[in-house]
Amino acid sequence: MTDILLRAERLGRKLEGEVPVTLVHDIDLDIRHGEFIAITGPSGSGKSSLLYLLGLLDQPTSGRLWLEGVETSSFDENRLADIRLARLGFVFQANFLLPEFSARENVLLPIHRRGRLDDDAARSRAEDLLANLGLKEQADKLPHQMSGGQNQRVAIARALANDPSIILADEPTGNLDTASSAVVQNILRDLARKQGRTVIVVTHDPSFASQSDRTIRIVDGAIA
Amino acid sequence: MKAVLVDVARRHLLARKRQTLVSLSGIVLGTGFFLAISAMMQGSETDFIHRLIDNSPHVTVQDEFRNPRKQPIAELYPAALVQMHRVKPETETRGIRNYKQALNYIRDIPGVKASPVLLGQGLVSFAGKDEALALNGMVPGDVEDVSTIGSYLTEGSLQDLAGNPDGILVGSELARILSLERGESITISATTGQRRAFKIVGIFHTGRAAFDQGQVFLALKRVQALLNRPNRANEIVIKLANPYSAQDVATKIEGRLGYKSVSWQEASEDIMSTLALRNVIMYSVVTAVLLVAAFGIYNVISTVVIEKQRDIAILKSMGFHARDIQAIFLTEGLFLGLLGCGLGLPLGAGIMWGLGQLNFKFPGTTQFNRMPIDWGWKQFAIAGAFALVAAVGAAWLPSRKAAKVKPVDILRGAGA
Repeated sequence: MTDILLRAERLGRKLEGEVPVTLVHDIDLDIRHGEFIAITGPSGSGKSSLLYLLGLLDQPTSGRLWLEGVETSSFDENRLADIRLARLGFVFQANFLLPEFSARENVLLPIHRRGRLDDDAARSRAEDLLANLGLKEQADKLPHQMSGGQNQRVAIARALANDPSIILADEPTGNLDTASSAVVQNILRDLARKQGRTVIVVTHDPSFASQSDRTIRIVDGAIA
Repeated sequence: MKAVLVDVARRHLLARKRQTLVSLSGIVLGTGFFLAISAMMQGSETDFIHRLIDNSPHVTVQDEFRNPRKQPIAELYPAALVQMHRVKPETETRGIRNYKQALNYIRDIPGVKASPVLLGQGLVSFAGKDEALALNGMVPGDVEDVSTIGSYLTEGSLQDLAGNPDGILVGSELARILSLERGESITISATTGQRRAFKIVGIFHTGRAAFDQGQVFLALKRVQALLNRPNRANEIVIKLANPYSAQDVATKIEGRLGYKSVSWQEASEDIMSTLALRNVIMYSVVTAVLLVAAFGIYNVISTVVIEKQRDIAILKSMGFHARDIQAIFLTEGLFLGLLGCGLGLPLGAGIMWGLGQLNFKFPGTTQFNRMPIDWGWKQFAIAGAFALVAAVGAAWLPSRKAAKVKPVDILRGAGA
C-alpha cells in the first residue's frame, strides 16, 4: 500500500447538460512509484479525460482519488493548483509553450511561480534541464524559432522544472516526426527507468505503449 | 512570483504593439483632455471666487433684521398667548443704531477689519447730461482695509481722498461719458434735495462697465450730509484675514448685534450653486471621454484573453491560481493606465499652456483677459486617478473572464 502513488476507486466523470455525456466511469486503478504506464484506446474512448482526472486538472463527478494516500476529491481549485505546481508535470500533444517567452523563460515560469529558488538558482536549474535534453543552444530561442521536436523537449523540461514525482503526457509524440518522436519517447522512458519518476502517457502508438511497464486500455470510458 | 505575472502582462501587450498603441492613444487623449478641461473649469471657478472675495466685502452687516423683532410684551411673557393688532412701528431714520459701538465690537474680533458705509442714490448733472449714481460714503482712512478700489485707480490715490473732505473717486466710464478729468468738479444731487459740489481726486477702472459708470466713492460725513442722515451708516463692511471663515464670523456678529450679517458665500449662494452644477456637468463630460478610452482598453484586453485561452490553460495546468491569471490581465490594464497618465498628463499640461496663452474678452468687461488655468497638483491627481481607475476598471471584466477559464475545456478542445 505504501508503494502506491495514485489510487482511483470507481472514478467517474460525467458532463452535465441536456444530453449528459459520460467521459469515464468506474475506474479502479493503482499506480506505483516509478511506474511507466501507457493509457491506450480508440479516439474518444476517454483516455485524456482519465489523464486529466489523474493529474488533478479535472474533478471527478463520482468515485475517489488518492495521491500518496491523501484523498483529493474535496480539495478546492487553489489546493489542487498547488499540488500540480509541486508534484505534477504535464506534457501535451501541442507543446503549449508561451510564444512570447524563450525556451529558458518557459522553463522558468513554474519555478518562479513556486518561488523556492532565487533568480540565479532558478536560471541554473532551467539551463541544466535544457542542457540535459540537448537544448543548451536553444535556451534563448523563441518557440517559433525551434522545431516541433525541440519545442516538445522544452515542454518536457518545463514539466520537470519543479522536480515533480509524476509526469503526465497526453499524446506527446502525436505531432512529431519519427526521429523526434523517438527522442521524446526515450526521454520519457528514461524519466521512469533512470530517475524513478512515475510517468503516465496517453498514446495511440503501439510501439511506444509496448515500452511501458503496464498498458491500461480504455474503451467507452472504462478499463477494458 | 509577482515579477512573473508582470512579465507575462508586459509581453502580452508588447506582442500586440499596434492594438496596444491604439488603446494607449485613447487613454492618453482622454487623460490630456480631462486634465485640460478640468483645469480650465477649476481655474475659471477659482478666478471667479477670488474676484468675488477680493471685490466684495467678506461680511456685510446690513441695517435690517433677518426676522421681525419681537414686541417687548412678547419677550416679557414668552409663554403667554399674546395677540396684538395694528402694530405700527416707529418711523425712524434708517441705518444701524449706534453703529460706532457695533463697529468697536466687530473690530475686537481677531483677523477682522471693518468700516462703516453709508450707501445712497444720487444724480450728477454735467453739460446737460444726467447720470444716476450709487454713492458709497466711506471713512477715507479705512477704504484700503475693506475695499480693493484703490488697486483699480488709474489716476489719483486714496491719500488724495483722505486729504480732501470734498474729494470723490469716479469710474472711468462715467468720466468718459461726462468728459470728466481729475481735478474737475461735479455737482451731485441727492434724493433729499441736497446738492453739493465735489472735486474729482481719482479715477478708477475695474473693467466692469456698469460699475465703472455707476459707482462713486466719497467721504462718509459728506454722504451723511447729502442724505440728511447724520451719524448714520447703513452697512458695516468687513474684510477677514481668512475669507473662508466669513460664514462663521457673520453668524457670530448677527447673533450679537441682531442685524442681518451676510457672508460672501450667502450673498453668492446662487452663483456657488451654479458653479457646483457646472462642475458636475464638466466632470460628467470628461468622464465620458475617459470611458470611451476605457472601452479601447477593454477591447484590447478582451481580445488578448480570447487569443490567450491556450496560454491561460497551460499556466493553470502548471499550478497558477485563478487570482494569478486575473492579476496578469489587471496588470495589463494598470500598465496602460500608468502609461496613459505618463503621456496624457504632459499632453494635458501642453493644452493648458496653450489655453493660457489665449486672450478673451468676457461679456460685461472692457478689457481682454487671459484664460484662467488651475495649475494645482489636485487637477493632475484627479485626472491621473480617473485614468487609472478607468484603465483598471476596463481590465476588470476580461480579467475575471480569464480567471474563470477551465484548463480542461481548452486542453480537451486543443487535443481533439
